[in-house]
Amino acid sequence: MAKLILSMDGLVLKEIPVSKERMTIGRKPHNDIQIDNLAVSGEHAVIVTILNDSFLEDLGSTNGTLVNGQPIKKHFLQHNDVVELGKYKLKYMNEQAHLHRGAPQDFEKTMVLRPGAVPKMEPGKPASDSQQMRTAGAPQPMGISQPNPALSESQAMRAAAPAAAPAAAPAAASQPMGISQQVSTSQPMGASQGIQGARPVLPAAIQILTGANAGRELELVKPLTTLGKPGVQVAVITRRPQGYFITHVEGATLPVLNGKALDAQAHALSDHDVIELAGVKMEFFFKT
Amino acid sequence: MNLSQALEIATCTDPGMVRSHNEDSVAADASIGVAVLADRMGGYNAGEVASGMATTVLTAELQQLLASGEGRVMNGDAGRAHAESILRTEIAKANASIYQAAQSQPQYAGMGTTLVVALFYDNRVTVAHIGDSRVYRLRGDELVQITKDHSLLQEQIDSGMITPEQARFSQNKNLVTRALGIDPTVDAEIREYQTRPGDLWLLCSDGLNDMVNDEDIGMTLQALSGNLKLAAQQLVQMANDNGGRDNVSVVLVRVVRDYAMPRGLLARLFGWLKH
Repeated sequence: MAKLILSMDGLVLKEIPVSKERMTIGRKPHNDIQIDNLAVSGEHAVIVTILNDSFLEDLGSTNGTLVNGQPIKKHFLQHNDVVELGKYKLKYMNEQAHLHRGAPQDFEKTMVLRPGAVPKMEPGKPASDSQQMRTAGAPQPMGISQPNPALSESQAMRAAAPAAAPAAAPAAASQPMGISQQVSTSQPMGASQGIQGARPVLPAAIQILTGANAGRELELVKPLTTLGKPGVQVAVITRRPQGYFITHVEGATLPVLNGKALDAQAHALSDHDVIELAGVKMEFFFKT
Repeated sequence: MNLSQALEIATCTDPGMVRSHNEDSVAADASIGVAVLADRMGGYNAGEVASGMATTVLTAELQQLLASGEGRVMNGDAGRAHAESILRTEIAKANASIYQAAQSQPQYAGMGTTLVVALFYDNRVTVAHIGDSRVYRLRGDELVQITKDHSLLQEQIDSGMITPEQARFSQNKNLVTRALGIDPTVDAEIREYQTRPGDLWLLCSDGLNDMVNDEDIGMTLQALSGNLKLAAQQLVQMANDNGGRDNVSVVLVRVVRDYAMPRGLLARLFGWLKH
């Protein structure tokens, strides 16, 4: 089960298990997590949990909610996320999800979810809307001057936030606010998913030796690069964790590698290998 | 009508880098224009039995049906209704046989599988799917996801709880909301699409699209469209290079040329004489 660690000024105050599907956070006593501080709104935020995933939503609080230093309206919580409400910090820990990353074979098996077995998400919406209204309608004891010190304080904290940010969003934490979401989520899949296969591959290139394009260089930056003329003779160079490989794709003649014709299988390329394809010679080399 | 001249099909399936055996199952028959892919469900016993049964039962039944001349009436709107009803009936049969096996054999209890079936006829394809195995289409340089997963994650995306980008990091990737063989009846989503010569249709298990992003899938299909078999192998290899945490299966179907049904009595007669 996931848990939240409530702290202020680096002092741990409480450890709270995420035990309910819907946990409210706010200043008023009826909240599941009560934080009695004037910088925290009566109903400040809510954490909705569906199986292993928890979502944090700001309920239109006066001073806002930050995750890893970025203001959020709605956020899909990740292990080690730091939620800030005023001076208070809530660290989200999801050991299970974290452990699972290490041993994915057990949890990634596809399971069926029968209708009715899932907590419905729809009811969460109207509930939060009405709560938002209640928050808006409730008398706010806070002066307008209050938010500013609270804000500047959290801005100061922001500088320290990157250290606490999860590995998945280091770029996001140091970005100016607003675009953080796109930045943190649009990174190529390889960066997050291909961790196991993320051995660095040396940069390499092809230099054309003969023909009209002699002297031209082609860097092999993509996972696969095709060479040759479509319909006549095509070969592909794939960039893999193990290195670079050349494979025949189409055409009656097979590519020639160092004077020898290849078969239909993939062949590993070594530094300074000479490839002959559709009458053009080219050299493969590592860029160091 | 024999479609083996109009369709080129390549399949590739692999256990991946982590799992010891392959519980995915693929089958395809270009002559009748059928491609089937099923992905076992873990957490249950005998997943490979369920996926294997799904593909075998479906291809065998469809082969028999379409070879016996049932396919001849398949053109126009009547064809569409016909294709849909054929698929619905056959999927119901496959569902029943898996469900019954699961009920009668204790070691098979609770087994289930995802399913995608593509039935090509008359310049169209009817796609049926259950669960989170997918169909994509490459037309020109544009790769489009044709099916929408029956999964918790997709429901969360639809309800606006998370964005597709955030979905990549979700812990709930593995939960499907529909499956074949776990209940006495099953609700397959069936849709029809037009095909064009040059189209490349991809059926895949989540072992591919969880490990390789759509841009890379599209790029690979375009780059290697000259060699379908190699393209299929390359996709599987990319999934494995990225970690290969699940079984990976792909079926590629290329529309080589027009395969419209002959229309009118004379045309039909010619068509009949030709075969």
